[in-house]
Amino acid sequence: MLLIPCPFCGPRDETEFRYGGQAGIAYPDGETTDGEWAAYVFMRDNPKGWFHERWFHAHGCRTWFTVERHTVTQEIR
Amino acid sequence: MTRPSTHPDFLWRDPDPRPSYDVVIVGGGGHGLATAYYLARNHGLTNVAVLEKGWLAGGNMARNTTIIRSNYLWDESAAIYEHSLKLWEGLSEELDYDLQFSQRGVLNLAHSLSDVREGRRRVEANRLNGVDAEWLDAAEVKKFCPIIDVSDRPRHPVMGATLQRRGGIAKHDHVAWALARQADAYGIDLIQGCEVTGFEITGGRVAAVRTSRGRIAAGKVALAAAGHTSVLAELAGFRLPLQSHPLQALVSELLEPVLDCVVMSNAVHVYVSQAHKGELVMGAGIDAYNSYGQRGGVHVIEAQMAAALELFPIFSRVRVLRTWAGIVDVSPDASPIIGRTPVENLFVNAGWGTGGFKATPGSGWVYADTIAHGRPHPLAEPFALERFTTGALIDEHGAAAVAH
Ligand SMILES: Cc1cc2nc3c(=O)[nH]c(=O)nc-3n(C[C@H](O)[C@H](O)[C@H](O)COP(=O)(O)OP(=O)(O)OC[C@H]3O[C@@H](n4cnc5c(N)ncnc54)[C@H](O)[C@@H]3O)c2cc1C
Ligand SMILES: [Zn+2]
Repeated sequence: MLLIPCPFCGPRDETEFRYGGQAGIAYPDGETTDGEWAAYVFMRDNPKGWFHERWFHAHGCRTWFTVERHTVTQEIR
Repeated sequence: MTRPSTHPDFLWRDPDPRPSYDVVIVGGGGHGLATAYYLARNHGLTNVAVLEKGWLAGGNMARNTTIIRSNYLWDESAAIYEHSLKLWEGLSEELDYDLQFSQRGVLNLAHSLSDVREGRRRVEANRLNGVDAEWLDAAEVKKFCPIIDVSDRPRHPVMGATLQRRGGIAKHDHVAWALARQADAYGIDLIQGCEVTGFEITGGRVAAVRTSRGRIAAGKVALAAAGHTSVLAELAGFRLPLQSHPLQALVSELLEPVLDCVVMSNAVHVYVSQAHKGELVMGAGIDAYNSYGQRGGVHVIEAQMAAALELFPIFSRVRVLRTWAGIVDVSPDASPIIGRTPVENLFVNAGWGTGGFKATPGSGWVYADTIAHGRPHPLAEPFALERFTTGALIDEHGAAAVAH
């Protein structure tokens, strides 16, 4: 089980959180092509290594926040 | 000196890579091996190598819970999974190897009115597609599988189930070994300990792969790397709508025969079968976060065991022997991605996620055809990468959720 640092509540068990996937996905500006729209909706980075990702403290303070986690070692920094 | 007769000979050679092949397959799991086999069998292509970074079939092929069925909702899925199931039905004989393919029936339980509606709809859709499917009410479920608790004691009582009698399980290692032996017999090189670390792409066309054992030129390159496909796509310079997650499973100690069918429940979130050797094999959903570390959280195992006890109070004293995880490649619509990529002569077959074992022969069949002809096999065409741009998704979350 991961120990995830909520910026508000401090380190808490993974079971208190919901996962939100890759961080920093911005809603596209203005008109988009189908390809740009597909990229926004479906394409996500999937690195083997460090990953910026969103977590939601669902059973706590209900804050969304971003952490950087290593997808092999599970280290969070 | 003669070997003791109990020790079989090796089933395939362990060759060094040659400098060049017509087709290089990246990944020696079930899909890579099946693709190699059908390239030779159906298309006469034997100047082929399968490159595997570890040992053959040590990835998801070694870790899956071997459920085989074809009762998916949409026409496109029913067609490809049913094609696969038909191949399974002749595969032991064809490969001359006992795959312990056992069509013992797969139940998908319904625990709510919406489950019931969804299940009945799927039964009708399956029948229209020529896939065997039956609806059982709770009493019939009890008759088919007497150890399930169908009383109204559980929090989510069993209200019925779909049954695919032709579904079942097989012995995954035997499948890999049988395919490897036949591919090897055709002269295909199965190269272990050979990691692909890059691609040589000139003028938008792949010319060679770089590997931990040197450069290998290739007319065509076919990815069959399951959970690691995104890593390879990134090396080749394109993106795929895949996320890699741990998927865990567990086995119990060995028991007398007690469960002679496969039972799956999306709502209670567990599935169970009993392997030939006697252990109960259980699994459920993925761990929530992206990961390439082949382990998951104990709380996920705990939740699936709690679910199993809801359905089967008789298992309350069974001990867990072993748990493990594989890394599965999950796509947005729970359907695979098969076909061409933005790089010419580089093909992809991925996104089978939590449910690709059942597809092993069907996937290999359509992928080999796609590679050989440089255009999608008709059964693979709807599963092309373009569907995420056109919007023609094949949403199998209902049929594939906990299901494998
Ligand atoms: C716990 C669990 C339970 C499952 N249960 C079921 C089930 O009941 N029914 C079902 O239908 N499906 C099930 N699945 C899914 C099924 O296992 C997969 O969809 C299927 O095995 C994927 O295809 P594969 O066999 O080719 O994958 P793999 O066996 O994972 O093969 C991919 C291979 O590619 C290799 N590779 C990766 N990167 C490189 C590289 N750079 N160079 C060289 N080689 C590379 C890997 O080492 C690996 O051997 C389950 C999966 C898991 C993890
Ligand atoms: Zn918090």
